Amino acid sequence: MKSFAARVEEQRPYLLRYASLQLRDSHAAEDAVQETLVAALAGEASFQGRANLRTWLTGILKHKIIDAIRRSSRESTVAADPLAEVSELDALFDSSGHWAEAPSAWPDPDGSLEQKQFFAVLEDCLARLPAKTAQAFMMREHMGYETDEICKELGVTATHCWVLLYRARMALRECLQTNWFRK
Amino acid sequence: MMLTCKEASRLFSQGLDRKLGLWDRLRLRLHLVICDACSAFTRQMKFLRRAIERLP
Repeated sequence: MKSFAARVEEQRPYLLRYASLQLRDSHAAEDAVQETLVAALAGEASFQGRANLRTWLTGILKHKIIDAIRRSSRESTVAADPLAEVSELDALFDSSGHWAEAPSAWPDPDGSLEQKQFFAVLEDCLARLPAKTAQAFMMREHMGYETDEICKELGVTATHCWVLLYRARMALRECLQTNWFRK
Repeated sequence: MMLTCKEASRLFSQGLDRKLGLWDRLRLRLHLVICDACSAFTRQMKFLRRAIERLP
């Protein structure tokens, strides 16, 4: 049977992909994964009896990712203008506020969730989001944070936070529409 | 009083992140009753949430 260290190491590529998706900085992602692996090896005893190594490691990694986001938002003082970010969404609507291209029902969305290829497209769409937009969105939808916690970690106002989340959802909808549902 | 689709989409998104006030909830519900495009949009947003939860 493989050693614990070897089984942990096997998860490195997965963890790196996970961290990169959210941090958008290969150095920061590698650091977060390295810290996770070190913490995992030191905490082998606390893994005993848990069924899924990957889930356990991802749980540790999430904390490391939040730490990294916290550090980088403390370092960056340039606050993006939330209104400028909304204006790029204006193209989705005409001047009277109607959809430029009206959304129509996606065929068999639940069937998509059964397909590996769908998640590859979704990941690709996530990777196209601007860094801060992606971080806010993943903290909200994947990690389940409340908006006020996200604002605090990213160092933005509540209004800006809602704008980031809105922007992420609109961009992902467009991306899925084009690259998955309109095949 | 009547929302545009642009306002409705933004309000619906906010509703996924905070509890909307009674007035906003009413305006949004009224808009969705008469607007097929925004109704489809809200179903897509709910689907997106489920998809991200299941992201491997």
